[in-house]
Amino acid sequence: MTPTLTAREEILARIRAALPSDRGHEAADISRTYTRAGNLNREACLNLLLDRLADYESEILHVAEESGLPAAIAQALDNAHEQRVLVDAAFPADWLPQGFDIIVDNELSIQAMNGIPAVITTCEAAAASTGTIFLVHHGAQGRRAITLLPDHHICLLHRAQVYELIPQALAAISAHRAESITTISGPSATSDIEMTRIRGVHGPRRLTVILYGGI
Amino acid sequence: MSIRVGKTSKAPDFPVAAKTALQNVQLRQNVHHAADVIRNKRALRVSETPDWQELRNAAHDIKAHTLAHLDHYLVDFERNCQNAGGTVHWARDADEANAIAIGLIQQYGGDEVIKVKTMTSDEIQMNPALQAAGITPHETDLADMIVQLGEDEPSHIVVPALHKNRFEIRDIFCKKMALSNLTAEPEALANAARQYLRDRFLHVKIGISGANFAIAETGSVCVVESEGNGRMCVTLPEVLITLIGIEKIIPSFQDLEVFLQLLPRSATGERMNPYNSLWAGVHAGDGPKAFHVILLDNGRTKLMHSEMERETLDCIRCGACLNACPVYRETGGHAYGSIYSGPIGAILSPQLNSLEYSRSLPYASSLCGACYEVCPVKINIPEILIHLRGRVVHDDQKTLSGTLSQMNLAMKGAALVFGSRRRYEAAQRLGRMGQMLFQHNGQLEHLPGMAGGWTRFRDLRPLPKQSFRDWWKAREAAKPATESETR
Repeated sequence: MTPTLTAREEILARIRAALPSDRGHEAADISRTYTRAGNLNREACLNLLLDRLADYESEILHVAEESGLPAAIAQALDNAHEQRVLVDAAFPADWLPQGFDIIVDNELSIQAMNGIPAVITTCEAAAASTGTIFLVHHGAQGRRAITLLPDHHICLLHRAQVYELIPQALAAISAHRAESITTISGPSATSDIEMTRIRGVHGPRRLTVILYGGI
Repeated sequence: MSIRVGKTSKAPDFPVAAKTALQNVQLRQNVHHAADVIRNKRALRVSETPDWQELRNAAHDIKAHTLAHLDHYLVDFERNCQNAGGTVHWARDADEANAIAIGLIQQYGGDEVIKVKTMTSDEIQMNPALQAAGITPHETDLADMIVQLGEDEPSHIVVPALHKNRFEIRDIFCKKMALSNLTAEPEALANAARQYLRDRFLHVKIGISGANFAIAETGSVCVVESEGNGRMCVTLPEVLITLIGIEKIIPSFQDLEVFLQLLPRSATGERMNPYNSLWAGVHAGDGPKAFHVILLDNGRTKLMHSEMERETLDCIRCGACLNACPVYRETGGHAYGSIYSGPIGAILSPQLNSLEYSRSLPYASSLCGACYEVCPVKINIPEILIHLRGRVVHDDQKTLSGTLSQMNLAMKGAALVFGSRRRYEAAQRLGRMGQMLFQHNGQLEHLPGMAGGWTRFRDLRPLPKQSFRDWWKAREAAKPATESETR
């Protein structure tokens, strides 16, 4: 009589019985002949990102230096007629514009966070080819909920954080690979009704990307 | 033991179910429109990706390698997930997985859950199991909501409500959300879903998700989505339960660079879907305080024995094969009987369950190969369909009625005829004489028996008076001897 196996033991036993017993665990033989390094110069790479972001109907603002950030943030909020805005406690105070109600996320409940119209964060990296922004939820990027409940996400992206391809951007954030990661490509959307793309279902319906810093 | 791939223990006979579907003109229009839109967008995105074939090759290699070492990677995933604060449960089949989920929900004192689209939960029929235990599941993906509120079944892997148009959706929402003046504008419908679910996102304590990828190296789970309902479900509740088919494992974080380029382009024709969420276990101060994984077999290990059948498990559920399939495009998803429809459903459902589940699904294909061509992980679906047809035939031949069936006798006869030149030529002569009885206006319009299935809808040209072989012989005989010698 065989003793009763746990589900874990039984599933692993089924797999081992099905596979050759002498297989060992050789290194993966994967043909990674796809493109892993981009070939665009910096300007072309940034232009590609702008094209992709615009395709997702994101708002894009350009700032040369960090000192221009408060004005750009103010403009993004004004464009959306918003007064109250959420930030993580680590968000640099001198980047914030005057004349708005700044709410700092000091362990706010999600119910309290829900009514705030906008949020400002930084990000970790971006991939130009797909218009994707990567958050690893450290520092001024904030915890996951703050970029989810407000209807308008204003994201600051340093031009040096822009990579051409997905493999490059993932490699750039790979030190954070065991942490929580969110990738954002445009505002929330759905195509579930007759395949018509509609901007905004549950996540932020408005995404503003503020590009700053030198190449 | 109970393996399940959807509502019923047996799929209806495909030709019968397909006929019903074909009579629904509205459904066919909706399916055509949706499949065309995705198919064209996909083709555009693929055309602007110069390394598409290399990405497909890499994805195929990664999946083949992972499955060949699945025990190793599952144990890795389990260890890394637990080190990160998650708890890993294993489930042999649908009933065991549902029992684990219900036990956890009761342990945390919940009586409702928010769910982000998971086909695997439909596979094991988790919603009816939860409801039977007094737990209310709220589907949060727009299409899943349409299916749930409409008391319907998913008809597509990626866009489960593609068989419904905006007016049908408006009617469902008006009735179930008690709205009176909702218009059929897609924006208005999406906004109604936002209003309806927002409060539930904020207050329901337990979330349930599936996984697009589970990464062995980090113990992380990746959920790919568009609406933000996925982010809500994996971030806001206090407890998160994630159901993962054991084939969803990939070895490393780096492997995402392949799949995140293939999946959105194949599934919706987007360069990238709006949101991907990755998390490993529990993150202090951010997201759920408890995280449970249920690793599900439910028939998957039965496919591990043969390399060809195992390839079925490479599937990343993009739905591209459905949109490309000339059969699916006419019948829609419901005719396939299980929640996995289209070409991938035709090979997945009978293998996860058993051939008894459906002996007709392997035949629900013209074997045109469009599914293989668009598959981002290069599953050779036509080859597997033929292999499964072979299994059905060999099974049938074991029974007396199968041995004596018209089809088996015809095939046996054909094998005999094609096996010898003399018999083949004799059969041609016999055929030429026999067909005289059925010729009308130079065409064969009504053939008897099984062949009548063909002539019911089309005429067949008769065998020509001179066969190719006869013509060749005559040609050779007519040649001057010298010419053929100098050649």
